[in-house]
Amino acid sequence: MSEIKTKREPISDRRKFILNMARGAGLATMGGFIWSAYVDEVTASSLLLRPPGAIKESDFLKTCIKCGLCVLACPYNTLLLAKAGDNKPLGTPYFVPRDMPCYMCPTIPCVPVCPTGALDEKSVTKDEKLDINIAEMGIAVVDHSSCIAFWGIQCDACYRACPLLGVAITIEYSKNERTGKHAFMKPVVQSESCTGCGMCEKACVTEKAAIFVLPREVALGRAGDHYIKGWDKNDEKRLENATSKTTTTEISKESAVDSLNDGKGLY
Amino acid sequence: MATLWNNYRYLILRRVTQIGLMFLYFGANAWGWTLLMGNLSSSKILGLIPMSDPFAVLQMFAAGAVLSADLLAGVAVAVMFYFVIGGRAFCSWVCPVNIITDSANFLRRKLGIDRAQGFRQPASRNLRYWVLAMSLVISAIMGVAAFEFISPISMVHRGIAFGLGFGWAAMLVIFLFDLFVLKDGWCGHVCPLGGFYSLLGSFSFIRVLHSQEKCTLCMKCKTVCPEHQVLHMIGKESLSVTSGECTNCARCIEVCEDDALGFSIRKLVKK
Repeated sequence: MSEIKTKREPISDRRKFILNMARGAGLATMGGFIWSAYVDEVTASSLLLRPPGAIKESDFLKTCIKCGLCVLACPYNTLLLAKAGDNKPLGTPYFVPRDMPCYMCPTIPCVPVCPTGALDEKSVTKDEKLDINIAEMGIAVVDHSSCIAFWGIQCDACYRACPLLGVAITIEYSKNERTGKHAFMKPVVQSESCTGCGMCEKACVTEKAAIFVLPREVALGRAGDHYIKGWDKNDEKRLENATSKTTTTEISKESAVDSLNDGKGLY
Repeated sequence: MATLWNNYRYLILRRVTQIGLMFLYFGANAWGWTLLMGNLSSSKILGLIPMSDPFAVLQMFAAGAVLSADLLAGVAVAVMFYFVIGGRAFCSWVCPVNIITDSANFLRRKLGIDRAQGFRQPASRNLRYWVLAMSLVISAIMGVAAFEFISPISMVHRGIAFGLGFGWAAMLVIFLFDLFVLKDGWCGHVCPLGGFYSLLGSFSFIRVLHSQEKCTLCMKCKTVCPEHQVLHMIGKESLSVTSGECTNCARCIEVCEDDALGFSIRKLVKK
């Protein structure tokens, strides 16, 4: 206890500077990671339906300025801006078809007002005219187990509600083997025509809609360029994009004949 | 009545513009008014003149978004406007969060929290420039406008026009932070939008001018100023407040009983 320091040595200016820089960098790193983690969480929601003409979700999130002009332009109050506490990317526009579907205005008022191009007029323009029928907001999906038409009960509510009547939803007839004398009239969504407006979801009579809209990238698969409809000349063009990749295994790196004769890799 | 007007004229005008603008945005959504549509991130005046938040667009640019001509026109209008009337005039005349932080600051003075805290501020006012730089870095890394996804400012002005949700919680957090943690905490230390407008406002024309010969050193201006460091010349020199951190809120002009402060146009040519 004899060597109690009575005076603390003052920190040199150089040491102080270095320590302060380290503090700043440390705080920035800490804050940066918390901030990034939060942003990553809130932008991860992928089940949102965007207004017509919306560009790819990842581009949409960086391009939308969250001004709400599309929401103001919508005459049906279909579009909403995500509020704090909605657990959706904050301030971005979306719609919930079961509450209020897109009624597919021919003039598409929500798209041209977008100041940033997050809603792209070109993607809903055909022959230099706005065309809502080519919008790709999502795609309707039918749950066969709860759709009463699949049970054999007659219902064509979704088919009748569809603005592209007989095109985006078609009815498939088949024999009802259970009764032997009735027909199933099953709704089938045509993925190349469905715009994802959600009028079918709104019209569905079941307690929780048996037909509902999902974002296209969530609900649709992709066959890849190796599988071609050989009977379709246009589809064959996709072959040009196909790439080949050969995997090499213990056995396949030698020629097939060799591996058969010397018995390597076999029992 | 005359003294009331004299002592609070700018404060009253500021509250009128702040609340009025929010009311117009609200009316656009609720009753279809077209005078001012959108929100402070981006709006259309009379469906014609675009105005966009330059800091939001800067983040979008950092995130790698393709910027449309409409958007850049809106940025140009906003930048020109604030370039002339003072960058942080946005903060004190437009931003609704200012009402929250001003009331926290008012309560702080009335309750004597300042004195209890001993005027020791645990953070630097330069923090905002760090947050500003970080929002651009995170925007670039994450590929989204980073501050726009956490901005309590946007939660408030967008909330007023389009539905608040839990935005009230953000308002409360800012109020409590300013009241109990840090004096002028949000607007004077943290907010990167304020930092951005500070940088833009370094070149603005409309400035507060101090006349040293009239000053009686009562220091009321420094007490009321939310960015008191900009008033370093009080009682020392007759100078313009040239720091971009001045919000042109004009509270100093109102509280000065000696007429030693007033608005002026910045001298373009240096002596």
